[in-house]
Amino acid sequence: MSDVITERAIDRSKMEISDEVAIHISDMNKWFGNFHVLRDINLEVRRGERIVVCGPSGSGKSTLIRCINRLEEHQQGKIIVDGTELSSDLKNIDKIRSEVGMCFQHFNLFPHLTILENCTLAPIWVRKMARKDAEETAMHYLEKVKIPEQADKFPGQLSGGQQQRVAIARSLCMKPQIMLFDEPTSSLDPEMIKEVLDTMIELAEEGMTMVCVTHEMGFARQVANRVIFMDEGQIVEENEPAEFFDNPKSDRTKLFLSQILGH
Amino acid sequence: MTNISFVREKPLPQLPPPITESTTIGWIRKNLFSGWLSTLLTIFSVYFLYICLKDFIPWAYGGNWSAGSIRECLDTNPDVACFSVIGARWRQLLFGFYPYEEYWRPILTFILLFVSVTPILSRRFAKYFWISLIYPGLAVWLLWGGSVWPVFSIYLAFVFSGLGFYIARNQFKLSTGLSLMIAVISLIVFYLFLASPFVSLFKYILPINLVVIESMQFGGFLLSMIIGFSGIAASFPIGILLALGRQSDLPLVKMICVGFIEFIRGVPLITLLFVASVLLNYFLPPGTSFDIIVRVIIMVTIFSAAYMAEVIRGGLAALPVGQHEASAALGLSYWQSQRLIIMPQALKISIPGIVNTFIGLFKDTTLVSIISLMDPVGLASMIRAHRNWNGIYWELYVAVGLMFFVCCFGMSQYSQYLERKLKTDNS
Amino acid sequence: MSSVKLPVEKFKLGMLLGDTRYRSTTVQVIAFIIFVAVVFWLVDNTVKNLALLGKDVDFSFLWMRAGYDINQRLIPYTNDSTHGRAALVGILNTLLVAFIGCIIATIIGVFVGILRLSKNWIVAKLMAVYIEGFRNIPVLLWIVMIFALLTEFTPAPKAFRGANPEASMILFESTAITNRGTYFPNPIWGDGSIYLILTFIISLIAIFFFRRYARTLQEETGKALPKFWISLGLLLIPSIVVYFLSGSPVTLEYPYLKGFNFKDGIYIRNSFIALTLALSLYTSAFIAEIVRSGILAISKGQTEAASSLGLRPGRIMNLIILPQALRVIVPPMISNYLNLTKNSSLAIAVGYMDVRGTLGGITLNQTGRELESMLLLMGFYLCVSLLVSAVINYFNRSFQIKGL
Repeated sequence: MSDVITERAIDRSKMEISDEVAIHISDMNKWFGNFHVLRDINLEVRRGERIVVCGPSGSGKSTLIRCINRLEEHQQGKIIVDGTELSSDLKNIDKIRSEVGMCFQHFNLFPHLTILENCTLAPIWVRKMARKDAEETAMHYLEKVKIPEQADKFPGQLSGGQQQRVAIARSLCMKPQIMLFDEPTSSLDPEMIKEVLDTMIELAEEGMTMVCVTHEMGFARQVANRVIFMDEGQIVEENEPAEFFDNPKSDRTKLFLSQILGH
Repeated sequence: MTNISFVREKPLPQLPPPITESTTIGWIRKNLFSGWLSTLLTIFSVYFLYICLKDFIPWAYGGNWSAGSIRECLDTNPDVACFSVIGARWRQLLFGFYPYEEYWRPILTFILLFVSVTPILSRRFAKYFWISLIYPGLAVWLLWGGSVWPVFSIYLAFVFSGLGFYIARNQFKLSTGLSLMIAVISLIVFYLFLASPFVSLFKYILPINLVVIESMQFGGFLLSMIIGFSGIAASFPIGILLALGRQSDLPLVKMICVGFIEFIRGVPLITLLFVASVLLNYFLPPGTSFDIIVRVIIMVTIFSAAYMAEVIRGGLAALPVGQHEASAALGLSYWQSQRLIIMPQALKISIPGIVNTFIGLFKDTTLVSIISLMDPVGLASMIRAHRNWNGIYWELYVAVGLMFFVCCFGMSQYSQYLERKLKTDNS
Repeated sequence: MSSVKLPVEKFKLGMLLGDTRYRSTTVQVIAFIIFVAVVFWLVDNTVKNLALLGKDVDFSFLWMRAGYDINQRLIPYTNDSTHGRAALVGILNTLLVAFIGCIIATIIGVFVGILRLSKNWIVAKLMAVYIEGFRNIPVLLWIVMIFALLTEFTPAPKAFRGANPEASMILFESTAITNRGTYFPNPIWGDGSIYLILTFIISLIAIFFFRRYARTLQEETGKALPKFWISLGLLLIPSIVVYFLSGSPVTLEYPYLKGFNFKDGIYIRNSFIALTLALSLYTSAFIAEIVRSGILAISKGQTEAASSLGLRPGRIMNLIILPQALRVIVPPMISNYLNLTKNSSLAIAVGYMDVRGTLGGITLNQTGRELESMLLLMGFYLCVSLLVSAVINYFNRSFQIKGL
């Protein structure tokens, strides 16, 4: 859990938070068998917000964001994304998945396809784009994440940081309204963490709504507008970053922060 | 801006899940009826099971175990299974033609097998490895009988040569290669000159004898197990050498090993068994003649060694390259690093593959029935040809099949257990 | 500037083993000498033994008259044909069993393997019982069991006789299963069937071009046509239409009972059926396991990433899972085909004349040429297995994923 603090100044001109609600979760409960993994989750994310979710392992934070794009199913409560309720209706799930992009801890790039093919796959088969248009979009986003020259290589030939940036570009090619990040830097070594965080900061500067599960507290302090701390399946504390890090109110939060920031 | 701060005062307790998730009903809904296709499959499968078992269970359950011949079975009740054939012949299926009074010997050998394998598989009992070493000789004596002293003298020969090796290396400070040669020479010397007088002497002083059993009397499962286990045990060191040779940098050694392995793996076992029964005598000096079972065990060993070599090669390949480099950097010689570092790890990784090879070999022992050895399949055909049991087939084959299934399934479950243990075991 | 004189190394005998430059050569020379000595000893023994028995190594028996019949054959053969021809008949029989066995085993194996992964608990367990049951019982036992089933459980041809027969034909009175073999209806190609064949070939070509067109269309505009259903329609509909238009040119010749035996129709003996069925079912269990572990080997993250991009399960299987899984599945599957071919040598247990039954069986016994026959027999199997290994290697090399 390193504390890579971004060195450059962040351009906050476009980081506006509108009143529109992007994600609305009310009274959400989830069980894995008998284990009550998410308890009474109430969360509202407005467009433009950058939320960081932190907490000890096993607290349910990954499960929470995986419920948002239906990689996990919740048993009680409501989740409404961009006005569409998340239920077992396949049409709703498809609609939501095309608006929500996700990046995984282990990148999950498709090893048998080139970088370019990784990025054009979903636009061609889900958005039914023509190949040329899809490739143009893909190259645009690959340039954005600063690795356009790798387009014809295979994922196995790239470094970890490059792979994660490709994963971000792949999600962006679907032009989502919301981006979810599930511990995107936990598998990377320190030099590569910075390049991925820089990419995420640029996304934030453009006003993307983001929910990140991460241990990068420097990133949280500088970029997030709200930090949520979870433990044992429930939201224990949430606040603005400055207040959260300097004045934690709950004892549990204080314990957690002392462990990860202390050294 | 709205106040977005929130602090939870009291932690929420864990609640039990709603009915549909946890209990049996939930499980049934999820696993059996989760969609229209799944429901259809469930109904179809249950109906299929019903049809299969509807006639089978009454037939098997009411089986006739006590009749003396198939005529009797059919006269009593033709609609139930005639398991009497098993009741009458189970001893033959298990032990072949081994005399009844001596059954304690194969049974003891079998129990001791598990005792002797434990030090190899479990680290806790590794210090009892000497039991594993004396087991082969003990098993041969228990099964074939005769005086104990010839077998004992073979062990003594190895002890003698081990002494020679030790003295040569430590007292005279000779190199390992030369000491090995002295060990081999002393082995030959002992065997040629000292073995016979030793054996005759002890036979006179302290006769310990068991009834001699001819190889032709071995049959049934006893035969399958002897061929299977001795094949695997003997093929183990040969397989290791072949695997190392195949990996070697020396082109000639590599070529010989690759050629041998590919040849053996390319031909069916039945052709090799045929070589054992007909051709092997041609390759040996004129006048020598071995027991047929020994010849079969030799060919089975060669066959299994080739497959074992491939499994061990896989284990060697799975080892991180850094292990070779680290042991070389420490100054260990090739054979030292193999013995102390590489082989222990590679063999541990290969154990599931080795058990799978053994399961395959055990099933392949049924092929000896084609060269007229009386393994369970051969015995089944023989029993079927007998006057009393002419025409019976279901019950006999089901019994033999079930015995093989129990052994092989048990072993494959053990191998899966080992694989799981290896995955989580980081050492 | 002083010049340093390097000591000249004198060659010592101990350097043969001690110096890395000479060591490997020395070891190889020793290995070569041992190898040649062993081979020489074996060959010497063989020559001596053959001389004692009055035999020599001679392959001319292949051109001599065989003098025995083979009841199942794919090429013309009588007992006047040569041993060489008998061997060829045996080879063709082996390849026939292997070919049909592999096809059936693959179809059943893939089906069972995929069902084994089903979320339905009963189906998954039933498939597990099938797989474990067939895998853990020796194949010879299966062959013998199924053969016994077919011969003892089925009626004799004469049971089909009379006004009230004990046994009847199945499948709309077309197929008879007897204790010697099964009689199938024989398709007769009448006039006009040439049009049917032509239409079928044209539909295959049409499917090929259609798929090319559909792919180009998708690349240009993004529109995806339902390729599968249209291909299926193209395959079946024209052929069915032409069949009826040309007056049903293909008729079936049904087997019928005459005297004590059936006449006409295609006759397949029980030995062939038992052997092929047993080999297929046994190998299908292994293939099912390979398919299952291949699909499971693809990490769950791949499916999750594809789902979160919005792809549906069918597309995920086609575009992401199967291409990766096939790389892992195909080599062991081809190995199993080889095993099936080698296991076909057990045909002797049911009396089917494969290459081991002819060349390695009757020919060997009649001519007494054990060494030569065995060498030829092993040579045949070696050729097959080396060919298959080459195919596996070619497959592995050409489908390698760069960087993995």
